[in-house]
Amino acid sequence: MTIDTAGFGTLFIILIMAVVTLATRWGGIFLMSYIPINSRVQQFITAMSGSVLIAIIVPMFIRGDTGAQVALLVTLAGTLIIKKPLVAITAGIFMAALIRNMQ
Amino acid sequence: MHTKELKVEFHSVKAGFVSLVPISLFVLVFGAAFGLAASQEGLNQTSAVLMSAIVFAGAAQFGVLELWGTQVPVVPLVLTVFAINARHLLIGATLYPYIQHLKPASRYGVMLVASDANWAISMRAFTLNNSSQGLGLLFGGGLALWLFWVIGTWIGFYFGNAIENPSVYGVDMVMGCFLLTMVLQGERDNNTYLIWFGAAVSSILAYLYLPENTHIMVGALTGGVIGVLLGDKNNDN
Repeated sequence: MTIDTAGFGTLFIILIMAVVTLATRWGGIFLMSYIPINSRVQQFITAMSGSVLIAIIVPMFIRGDTGAQVALLVTLAGTLIIKKPLVAITAGIFMAALIRNMQ
Repeated sequence: MHTKELKVEFHSVKAGFVSLVPISLFVLVFGAAFGLAASQEGLNQTSAVLMSAIVFAGAAQFGVLELWGTQVPVVPLVLTVFAINARHLLIGATLYPYIQHLKPASRYGVMLVASDANWAISMRAFTLNNSSQGLGLLFGGGLALWLFWVIGTWIGFYFGNAIENPSVYGVDMVMGCFLLTMVLQGERDNNTYLIWFGAAVSSILAYLYLPENTHIMVGALTGGVIGVLLGDKNNDN
C-alpha cells in the first residue's frame, strides 16, 4: 500500500507519523501505569536510563568519521578531567570542525 | 486531596525553557537542515513546518525523507518512524516513577514534548529529588526544543543553502556530545560500568547484525536486565 504525496496525501502521511510518534511518547508511561514499581523494576529503570544514552553514543562513535570520534573523545576527557561539560562540548565540536575542514 | 500532589509550576517551566535554549540553538540549525532537505524532496513549506510541529522527532523525520517520492509506502513508513522513535517508550518508562503523581492530563501532556535532551537533563534533576526542577526541565526544556525545531524548519526554506552541510561545523555532534556529558555526570559505581559495558557491546552487535534502528532498544534493555541481575546480588549480601 502506498500514499500519493500529491494533494492531501502529504497531510495523511504526516498524520500517520504523528500518531506513531505519539504512541511511542505515551506508550512507555501508559504501560508503566500497570506495573507496580518495586525495587526490581526501579533497578531495571535506573540501569536502563544510562544504557539508553550508551546505546545512542557508542554506535555513533563506531560509525562516525574521525571528526565525530574526536568530538566524543574530547568531550569525554573534558568532562572527566576538567569537569566543565559545556567547555568540553565546545572543545569537542571545535575539534570536529577543525578536523573536517583539514580533510 | 493529596497535599503532596505534584504540579507543573510556571517558574520551573520557565527556568527549564531557559536552560535548554543553548542546545536549542543547535536544534534550530538542524531544523533548518531538515527544512532544506524537505524542500529538496519536494515538500512544500506548510507541510514541512506542520510535520516538525506535530511529529517533533528529528531523526524519524529525516528517515522518512529517505522514503519520499511521488508515492510513500505505508508499511515502511510506519516501521521507520516506530523503530527510530521506539526509544521514547524507554524514556517514558524511566520517567514514570517521577511523574506518576501528576494528574493524568499533565502526565500525558508533558510527554508530548519528551525528547532526548530534555529527558536526559531532567532525569539528573529527578534522581537528585528535585522534582519541580525536573518537571520544568522536561516540559519547559521540551517547549524550547520544539519551538526552535519548528522555527528552524521554517528558516530552512529561506536560508537552508547557507547551512546545507552543518557537519562541516561539527553541529551534527552537539547532541551526541551533550548526551555523553549527561551520562558521565550521573551517579556511578562498579555496577554502573558493567551495565554500560553490556549496553555498549549489545548495541554495537545490534548495530552491526540486527535490522536498522534496533540498536538503542537492544542496548538499553540489555543494560536494564544487567542492572536487575546485579541489583539482586547486592540485596542478598
